[in-house]
Amino acid sequence: MAREFTPKVLTANHLLEGDAIYRDGSGGWSRNHQEAKLFTDQREAEAALVAALAEPGTIVGPYLADAKAGPNGPLPVHFREAFRTRGPSNYNHGKQVELNHVSV
Amino acid sequence: MYQYNEFDEAFVRDRVETFRGQVARRIDGSLTEDEFKPLRLMNGLYLQLHAYMLRVAVPYGTLNPVQMRKLADIADTYDKGYGHFTTRQNIQFNWPKLQDVPDILSDLADVEMHAIQTSGNCIRNVTADHFAGAAADEIEDPRPTAELLRQWSTDHPEFAYLPRKFKIAITGAPNDRAVTKAHDIGLRMQRDAQGNPGYEVIIGGGLGRTPMIGKVLRAFLPKADLLPYLEAILHVYNLHGRRDNKYKARIKILVHETGLEAIREQVEAQFLLQRAAFEPVAEQVIANIEAAFAPPAYVSRPIGGDDASDAGFRSWMDTNIADHKRDDYAIVSISLKPIGGTPGDASSEQMRVMADLAERYGHSELRVSHEQNIILPHVHRADLALIYAALKAVGLATANIGLLSDMIACPGMDYCALATARSIPIAQEISTHFDALKIERDVGPLKIKISGCINACGHHHVGHIGILGLNRAGVENYQITLGGDGTETAAVGERAGPGFAADDLIPAIERLIEAYLELREAPEETFLDAYRRLGQAPFKAALYPDQVTRNAA
Ligand code: SF4
Repeated sequence: MAREFTPKVLTANHLLEGDAIYRDGSGGWSRNHQEAKLFTDQREAEAALVAALAEPGTIVGPYLADAKAGPNGPLPVHFREAFRTRGPSNYNHGKQVELNHVSV
Repeated sequence: MYQYNEFDEAFVRDRVETFRGQVARRIDGSLTEDEFKPLRLMNGLYLQLHAYMLRVAVPYGTLNPVQMRKLADIADTYDKGYGHFTTRQNIQFNWPKLQDVPDILSDLADVEMHAIQTSGNCIRNVTADHFAGAAADEIEDPRPTAELLRQWSTDHPEFAYLPRKFKIAITGAPNDRAVTKAHDIGLRMQRDAQGNPGYEVIIGGGLGRTPMIGKVLRAFLPKADLLPYLEAILHVYNLHGRRDNKYKARIKILVHETGLEAIREQVEAQFLLQRAAFEPVAEQVIANIEAAFAPPAYVSRPIGGDDASDAGFRSWMDTNIADHKRDDYAIVSISLKPIGGTPGDASSEQMRVMADLAERYGHSELRVSHEQNIILPHVHRADLALIYAALKAVGLATANIGLLSDMIACPGMDYCALATARSIPIAQEISTHFDALKIERDVGPLKIKISGCINACGHHHVGHIGILGLNRAGVENYQITLGGDGTETAAVGERAGPGFAADDLIPAIERLIEAYLELREAPEETFLDAYRRLGQAPFKAALYPDQVTRNAA
């Protein structure tokens, strides 16, 4: 039996900086997980992934990651995805200091 | 140290320019990621969790001050002002931007460095003892042999398509600081009854998914027979090594499945053929290599009196100084494990200070150790107090070499895309926690090694206490192994039992250490010795007290 579809965000790494980026509601990419579009429909999510795979210009390695709705937008489910929204825990580097809500 | 010859220089420059073109074509969209990925990996460029990572090769862990300063400049210009020294004796930059990488590689080429990874199923960089050429217990400097092996194996037609990658480590000393028993082939220098140097040949070691300790294939191999003998081993491996399953393709599996005796028979028979057909390496080639690793021009002068009044200096002398082959010299280990810091990280300022010290007091030599520290291999004892003071000024005088807080930790899930859990915060917490207890000196020699996944870059299998980070049902979970050893008495640690959540891990390790302090016969009995004497049971009881109560009930 097919597993029930759980909500997802479409994520990838930025081609130049390599940091985590997320497909937003306007079809662009955001560096902020909370600005991501939360896909609740499997077919729509997979179609977005296929489209992203054919869009090599600014992104690397797109994939669908589990996420859940939060008060200010989608939140990650897995701890790995949570780390990607912040940066490393040993230094104040990465998104935890650089995030300025600018779309890519 | 070894100087690039003209071919190497032209080759590296050429590779940089080729890569520059490839990066440009990736950025303008004419190369897809599928096409580009193998090209960037060949140039040491990985895509990690938060950014790209550039891994720069440091052959045999040997660096000169000019190179170290260049690494500092790169850290400042293109990265976030620091670098991470790894268990493979390399340095990694965690934040380069794709468009800057060709310039970084070009800067590296200016100081005869590169990030070219000998990727693929070939013979990888030969690693050597980080005290090579300096250690008091050394028979001969192993690096000329390592360099000879590099030249011999590069472009060797028979070994371009081995079943899997192949790693060789070599040490010139009976005390094994190069983890030779965890390599496909390990070479330990020995003398025969007549005093001639040769090698003990160890085969089939390795960590990772299926950890195995190498076995002695030949107790003594005369130096002159090394290359035909290694050709014989590789020939047998090439013929019989498994190519059907990536996880079973390393020579350790072949040795395990075929049996050491049978492999030895095949290798020895093949060796006779190889030796008969072997054209000896020209003496001039060997002489050139040996000249490149000639000892520095030591200076004889009085040692003077140490400033014994400074307690900090005394305790640093206790732990961070090793015996040099000359009585008036010493080997200094600079700890990159400050309390609460990230194991293996150095800031650009620290790199420059280490470069200056090497230049001024250390015959311009620096080494990177697989334990993620920096070594000044040749220091006159008269200069130790000055070196200590200079290191202390930039936070590099932590006196903990070989002790609990001198941990190995791989980057783990703070950086590494392959990780299943974080390792750095665990190392930081252990170090801070036990520093507060002030028991590190009492505990004595202890090796804690942490990996963030089964690939075992943090060598957890050979830690006295090994910690492996896993993902268990969506939570970071840490498995403890006990009794591992990476030296000449190598052993793979045994799993103690179920893993611990991060919050429970530090108390568990504290119970373990307390149990050891209770159980040891005398302060001289190390954790590893006590473990070997008593077996796992009492340590397991300390780790899982509830379980013992339950079983007793
Ligand atoms: S052991 Fe795993 S997590 Fe650690 S550096 Fe190696 S691949 Fe990454």
